[in-house]
Amino acid sequence: MSGNKDMELIDENGKRLDGRDLDELRDIKIEAGILKRADGSAYIEWGKNKILAAVYGPREMHPRHAQEPSRAVVRARYNMAAFSVPDRKRPGPDRRSVEISKIISEALEEVVFVEMFPRAVIDIFIEVLEASAGTRCAGLTVASVALADAGIPMSNMISSCAAGKIDGHVVLDLGKNEDNFGEADVPVGMVPNTNKLTLLQMDGNLTKEEYEEGMEMAMKACNEIYEIQREALKTRYSTTLEDQEEIDEDIEEIQEEE
Amino acid sequence: MKEIISTITKDYLYRLIKEGKRIDGRDLLEHRELDVQVGWIGPAEGSARVKLGDTEVIVGIKMDEGEPFPDTPDQGVVITNAELIPMASPQYESGPPGEDATEVARVVDRGIREGGVVDTSKLCIEEGEKVWMIFIDIHVLNFDGNLIDASGIGAMAALMNTVVPASDFEHGEDYELPIEHVVIPTTFTKIKDTIMLDSGLEEEKIAEARLTVSTNEDGDIVAMQKGLSGTFEYEDTLKCIELSQEIGGSLREEVKEFVEKGKL
Repeated sequence: MSGNKDMELIDENGKRLDGRDLDELRDIKIEAGILKRADGSAYIEWGKNKILAAVYGPREMHPRHAQEPSRAVVRARYNMAAFSVPDRKRPGPDRRSVEISKIISEALEEVVFVEMFPRAVIDIFIEVLEASAGTRCAGLTVASVALADAGIPMSNMISSCAAGKIDGHVVLDLGKNEDNFGEADVPVGMVPNTNKLTLLQMDGNLTKEEYEEGMEMAMKACNEIYEIQREALKTRYSTTLEDQEEIDEDIEEIQEEE
Repeated sequence: MKEIISTITKDYLYRLIKEGKRIDGRDLLEHRELDVQVGWIGPAEGSARVKLGDTEVIVGIKMDEGEPFPDTPDQGVVITNAELIPMASPQYESGPPGEDATEVARVVDRGIREGGVVDTSKLCIEEGEKVWMIFIDIHVLNFDGNLIDASGIGAMAALMNTVVPASDFEHGEDYELPIEHVVIPTTFTKIKDTIMLDSGLEEEKIAEARLTVSTNEDGDIVAMQKGLSGTFEYEDTLKCIELSQEIGGSLREEVKEFVEKGKL
């Protein structure tokens, strides 16, 4: 958030650098169940972001002193690959990724039925392969799909999206240059179709009215993203239903032969 | 690192909250007594010892010459670090900063950086070569809840008390660090749908969600952070913003007074 005034982020037609309207999301594609060893997994392409999420568990919590006697711990690890950004990122956790891991874990814990698995841990690994602004929102969104893919009992998924301010205008879903040269960024994570916020951060400079305008955009977008998350799961599991029909037919044939 | 609370205390707290009361007799939106002593540490360029009730934090500012970041060659550098040292709580362990310390440092840092507290372009000595670096180090001495507000106020007061050691580096006479904005964080916690300001330790142990809003003297929001696994409803966040503008305003005056008193 440098609030750089030299960079033109909105042109005379009210379009943004990448041709989007002020309240338009970048293209989002989600695919569920793409890693074989993981208990659940998902992949998201959000603009130029490419992010994978894998879920392991519920499984025994190590170290044991971190176990919770009455519930499971949801432990997300957000990690950026060294090659995910133009200047190589030094591998391993830094302060930014430690904070993002913490807030994503907390944002997801709200919807997971943690009481069902005392002393266990549900591990979520989020790997950012290509980063282009908005990775925490994309990571949280794809992690929700991976949790559902793993069959973890949940009350809902979490959908996430950011609002922000560029060139004095409130906009949705900041892109790379908008993030670097904009005036504010407000990442939001929400239980879809409610007004319950499980993730909320803000940096930059906003008046209360601008915050309201941005939040309304972001919350509406979260509901749109929720539909994309649901579609990803439907696509994954409707194929399995077709397979099931084939299996049923095979069984019938065998029974008839007998 | 887990905080434990007895069932009997928990039930007592819940019962009180239902009646809109708190364990130490405060109103829901009343903060604990604030005390700030500035200039407490001799070798530091600026410092503040903050007491927010029994939560006690000391913040020291050190300045040095250094190289600017390649993408901001004409701007000084501000680095914030927080240490939850083992003397502050039986739950804290020695070692590198954990995720709680990292969160405190980053939320405080965001308020100062995004709030434009220090105009970093004034900290340039030689473009692309040499700039002033400001190190903000937060040490927690006694943990009794709400580290973010105590640390944020401490960092703000310490910066307001900072003298740039220009003569040590042969850049002329020492001068007071110019402060552009006074940013104040206010942290709210939600317990059973009740929102309260400045939770103490016991309240923090049973809190479901936490929201920090940092505002400047114009009432603009410069940083926010939701924490813990519970949710905040959108309407509640609006209420917290309004409260932050109001409470932040009176806290700002208190902080200014403490800083002025330190100059005498």
